[in-house]
Amino acid sequence: MKKAILVIVAIMLVASIVGCSKAETKTDANVVKFGVFEPLTGANAAGGAEELDGVRLAQELYPTVTVGGKEYKIELAIADNKSDKVEAANAGQRLVDSDKVQVVLGSWGSGLSMAAGPVFKDAKIPAIGLSCTNPLVTKDNPFYFRVCFLDPFQGTVMANYAFKDVKARKAVIIREVSNDYSVGLAKFFADSFKSLTGDQGAILAELNYNTNDQDFSAQLTQVKSLKPDVIFAPGNYTESALIIKQARELGITAPFLGGDTWEIAEFINVGKQAVEGAVMSAFFDNDAPLTPLSKVFVESYQKKYGKLPSGTAVLGFDGYLLAIDAIKRADSVDPLKIRDAIAATKDFAGAAGYVTLDANGDPIKSAVIKEVKGGKFVFKTTVAP
Amino acid sequence: MELSTFFQQLTNALSLGSLYALIAIGYTMVYGILRLINFAHGDVFMLGAYFAFYAATSLAMPWWVAFIVAIGLTAIFGMGLERVAYRPLRDSPKISVMISAIGASFLIENVGIVVFGGRPKSFPSIPLFDTVLHLGPVSVLSVSLFIPVITAAILVALLWIVNGTKTGLAMRAVSTDLDAARLMAIDVNRTISLTFGIGSLLAGLGGIMWTMKYPQLNPLMGVMPGLKCFIAAVIGGIGNIPGAVLGGFLLGVLEIMIVAFLPELTGYRDAFAFVLLIVVLLVKPSGLLGKHQAVKV
Repeated sequence: MKKAILVIVAIMLVASIVGCSKAETKTDANVVKFGVFEPLTGANAAGGAEELDGVRLAQELYPTVTVGGKEYKIELAIADNKSDKVEAANAGQRLVDSDKVQVVLGSWGSGLSMAAGPVFKDAKIPAIGLSCTNPLVTKDNPFYFRVCFLDPFQGTVMANYAFKDVKARKAVIIREVSNDYSVGLAKFFADSFKSLTGDQGAILAELNYNTNDQDFSAQLTQVKSLKPDVIFAPGNYTESALIIKQARELGITAPFLGGDTWEIAEFINVGKQAVEGAVMSAFFDNDAPLTPLSKVFVESYQKKYGKLPSGTAVLGFDGYLLAIDAIKRADSVDPLKIRDAIAATKDFAGAAGYVTLDANGDPIKSAVIKEVKGGKFVFKTTVAP
Repeated sequence: MELSTFFQQLTNALSLGSLYALIAIGYTMVYGILRLINFAHGDVFMLGAYFAFYAATSLAMPWWVAFIVAIGLTAIFGMGLERVAYRPLRDSPKISVMISAIGASFLIENVGIVVFGGRPKSFPSIPLFDTVLHLGPVSVLSVSLFIPVITAAILVALLWIVNGTKTGLAMRAVSTDLDAARLMAIDVNRTISLTFGIGSLLAGLGGIMWTMKYPQLNPLMGVMPGLKCFIAAVIGGIGNIPGAVLGGFLLGVLEIMIVAFLPELTGYRDAFAFVLLIVVLLVKPSGLLGKHQAVKV
């Protein structure tokens, strides 16, 4: 018995040494590794899947990058952060330690990005946020960048819409209290809406719920008694769809407004008839090309996946391209040099518009407003910053 | 608070509570007979919902056929789970079985993620359950009226099975002393299998009813309801079937009332349920209706 254990231990030791040397040889071949840091399971899974689709499409179209006359193959290391902040930090650590990636792309969900931000910062690996819109993602983190607009802008856009288009004067906010994105966006909306109406009491109530909650009847019964003109409910698409469904069941007729996280097929699948008329801000519209690449993206996406792109897939595509662009400009696969090149990004043409990063690592981009009509996300208007 | 709002909140509370009660019954039944906390109960609940979903969508069965098929499959799955994960450990310490149950729970969740995918699915709408009824100022989804009726029917049926049939007598005998039961020529394996079958059937039914009310499926959907219903079962006195119903209603009412009367504490709604569990375990570990049992050593 003892002997058997010794033999097993010996085999494991040998295996681990062989395993290590294998990993070493793998990295110094002509390969550059992009870590994809996304929620592929849990509450945000559909969001992560869309971005991964966008990244994969970009990889198919642009599988290599040339640095110093040498062609590097791009490999994706995919880490599932499980829609969970604790798991997110672990997944980030795994990308950095065992996958040894040069660049990280992701994540859908600002809270998840914020949880892993310090990991990337400590490891000095640049990360490109795809659709994480909370200002804190890139703030004080010289290694986190992004290719999407920010929540202060998004909150203002939706407050303007509520004030001018819905002609609302009293609003109720329902926010996902454990989600940094939702709490942040709710605050920016509230600030903007109060100043538009000139009424400090314009927000009748801010009600909370938790990620993964399924029953919102108690909160919504309160909303009903407050009789708001509009309800702003930024949050994850699944909970939001259930909220709207349950609100309609309770007889609440006020329109629902939300943020970029709503534009995903599951929002309509779960909410069905109830989410008709829901209005949200979004990043991109398939029929409103912003750069020559927009058409390339929409057409090749349709060819690869057999459906029209929606939601944040386009940002996955752009994040990947920005990483390649930065590697080319740095003419190096050294993460620090890639970081500096990303930081210096100016007028980069992605599929979802031009990206020029400011000192924080944030771009200024326009937002699109969409409405659910006939079971589809229908373009309403574009709002320039 | 206006009276109409109060009645609406009360309706919300009862409809959530009856759902908890329905799932808690299965939990408590398995514990009552086997002294095993089946931590995979929530995941069997999830499977029931997925089985119904695939039967109704991919196999295009009418909803009621899909429900029966799904409930049957869930029951068979539960018996299989007992055969594979619990029976081999029957003579081991209780803690081993419990750890095996936790392992089974994670296994089912993760296989679920691989097989069903992490993206949530949505149950097709069934008009019978998905109609909004207005009773005066109170609005209620029709499924919320069915659930308490189903819960009550199951409560009566189970009490009859356990206390009024020969099989129930065998279950009680197994619960009191497994070896003595075997000596009395009771087919212990069959009795335990049957207990798991019924427990899982209830989990499957609970899962289907849950998705009728909250029409969204994902492989981790059973985790929170599983824990909540465990709490409900403990509040009522784990092992006691009417206790589980009482505990389920109590938990539902308390959760809704916290949000209704103390909105600023909404974020702590789940935490509150767990605090309640701790308090019950400290103050009255046998639960509201449970009897204190001396354990032979």
